[in-house]
Amino acid sequence: MRYIEQQAVVKRMNGRLIANSIFKYVFLAATLVALVALVILLYRIISQGMGHLSIEFLTNFASRFPEKAGIKAALVGSLWLMLVVAPTSIILGVGSAIYLEEYAKQNRITTFIRMNISNLAGVPSVVFGLLGLTIFVRAMALGNSILAAGFTMSLLILPVIVVASQEAIRSVPGELRDASFGMGATKWQTIVKIILPAAIPGILTGSILALSRAIGETAPLIVIGVPVIIQFLPAGVMDTFTALPMQIYDWSSRPQPEFQNVAAAGIMVLMAVLLFMNSIAVIIRNKFDKRY
Amino acid sequence: MRPSVQEMIARSNGKKNKKAIEKIIPILLFLIASVSVLTSIGIVVTLIVETITFFTRVPFFDFIFGTTWLPFSNKDAQFGILPLIVGTLKVTLIATIVAVPIGISAAIYLSEYASENVRRILKPVLEVLAGVPTIVYGFFALTFVTPILQSVFPEIKIFNAISPGIVVGIMIIPMIASLSEDAMSSVPKSIREGALAMGSTKFEVAWKITVPAALSGIIASVVLAVSRAIGETMIVSLAAGSTPRFDGDFTGSIQTMTAYIVQVSKGDAGFGTTIYYSIYAVGFTLFVFTMVMNILAGYVSKRFREEY
Repeated sequence: MRYIEQQAVVKRMNGRLIANSIFKYVFLAATLVALVALVILLYRIISQGMGHLSIEFLTNFASRFPEKAGIKAALVGSLWLMLVVAPTSIILGVGSAIYLEEYAKQNRITTFIRMNISNLAGVPSVVFGLLGLTIFVRAMALGNSILAAGFTMSLLILPVIVVASQEAIRSVPGELRDASFGMGATKWQTIVKIILPAAIPGILTGSILALSRAIGETAPLIVIGVPVIIQFLPAGVMDTFTALPMQIYDWSSRPQPEFQNVAAAGIMVLMAVLLFMNSIAVIIRNKFDKRY
Repeated sequence: MRPSVQEMIARSNGKKNKKAIEKIIPILLFLIASVSVLTSIGIVVTLIVETITFFTRVPFFDFIFGTTWLPFSNKDAQFGILPLIVGTLKVTLIATIVAVPIGISAAIYLSEYASENVRRILKPVLEVLAGVPTIVYGFFALTFVTPILQSVFPEIKIFNAISPGIVVGIMIIPMIASLSEDAMSSVPKSIREGALAMGSTKFEVAWKITVPAALSGIIASVVLAVSRAIGETMIVSLAAGSTPRFDGDFTGSIQTMTAYIVQVSKGDAGFGTTIYYSIYAVGFTLFVFTMVMNILAGYVSKRFREEY
């Protein structure tokens, strides 16, 4: 007597094997959708924007005429914005991370701060715009200045920097800490001279990625009333300004089709800036990876 | 003669400012850490205060049950938020239909099938896709996806819910894929190997072992992605139009909550007008929606986690 009915097994087996091989390709195809979407997106933007991209485009101010429209004010404005956002968000983010990882006791306040940070990461950016409008633009009377926009953006990316810095600090081996304490260093000395230098690659990588999110954000800028048509460069942080995504938004929403090409060229500039920032992050990550 | 170690320690302990620093720094860092708490409080208080002002002018029930959103009318302004919610849900529905099957399939492929080399290429692609600014997606929806849809279905208008829905879906694919993959990767290998040893095919392992085991993480990733879709602003502002509508039509211009806030902010709604306060009421509604989703995601991933 046979224990296994071969016929029945073979009959079931075929269907299972076919399902197995079909679904392998279904899953692969789904993964490739992401790749294809990215390729089409980049191809479309480059083919549309390439014709308009020139030195004049980078050095001209915005204009009613598509052939004269340039991105100078927006590019410089975005750099100014980064001058405010980078120090503000990194000091706040790294400071919070050091507190949470090194000083905070395991109590309710600490749990509350942690929970709060993860919830803050889920708040839509347009709501941060409403916060900026009320607190910075109106209550602190900063107007639609670089400072007001910079503070709003800093709060927006704060959770990202805190989480990245926490991970970087946590990954510093405990032996380093113990050795430093063993040599008689105080806590703050250990943090400044041992932990931060060891954690800096992770902190920088996370911060740069967060900043590249800030440079592409549009909604908060619109809500706090950042204008588009600016014919001068800001001279200080209290000046009004415009930024790359604002300019792109304006060009995209204009009815004339020529402005779509201008918008595509603007997007190329924005993407180039992002690519530059991301490659710095990747270089830092690779250069300092696995030192311990 | 060089001082002995004991002397050095004694001298160092005598320095007062060092002790002061050790005392001040924790306080300073605590203050910095509380900025994030202050931000949350700021958001909630701002939204509530301005929304209360709004409700002194527009009755609460007219707002949450009203089916007409007509804020710019001079003599007969109406603030019933349901049309904006319906608009948001239309876009979110399409985004979910696009992103959930693709995102979860991609996660299964990456965690169960892909070799190390393939992963090394595909993971950065997802990261890049996640890093593309939403304004770029909005431009893509308006100038590429909409014309293609129109050439296939001529009844679709230039502003509609379908095109931004699809593009929002593409935007949240990386989020679902990478969070779900994390959940699947944390399923222990021994369970998979057990199933394989019993004669399961790879597909059966993925579908009957890994996915159920990682289900809490997968559902949490979907809920988080839906929350992101609800709060998405630029794609819908550019491609969905600005016509608040309380109906089931996807082919014509609609308006979402986020797009309304942008529309008002772009124009010069004077400080103190009812329209000015209405963006806070809409923002508060949006905030409640996303917050509920985020808390739900946290609850699902904690409550239904399979522990191994």
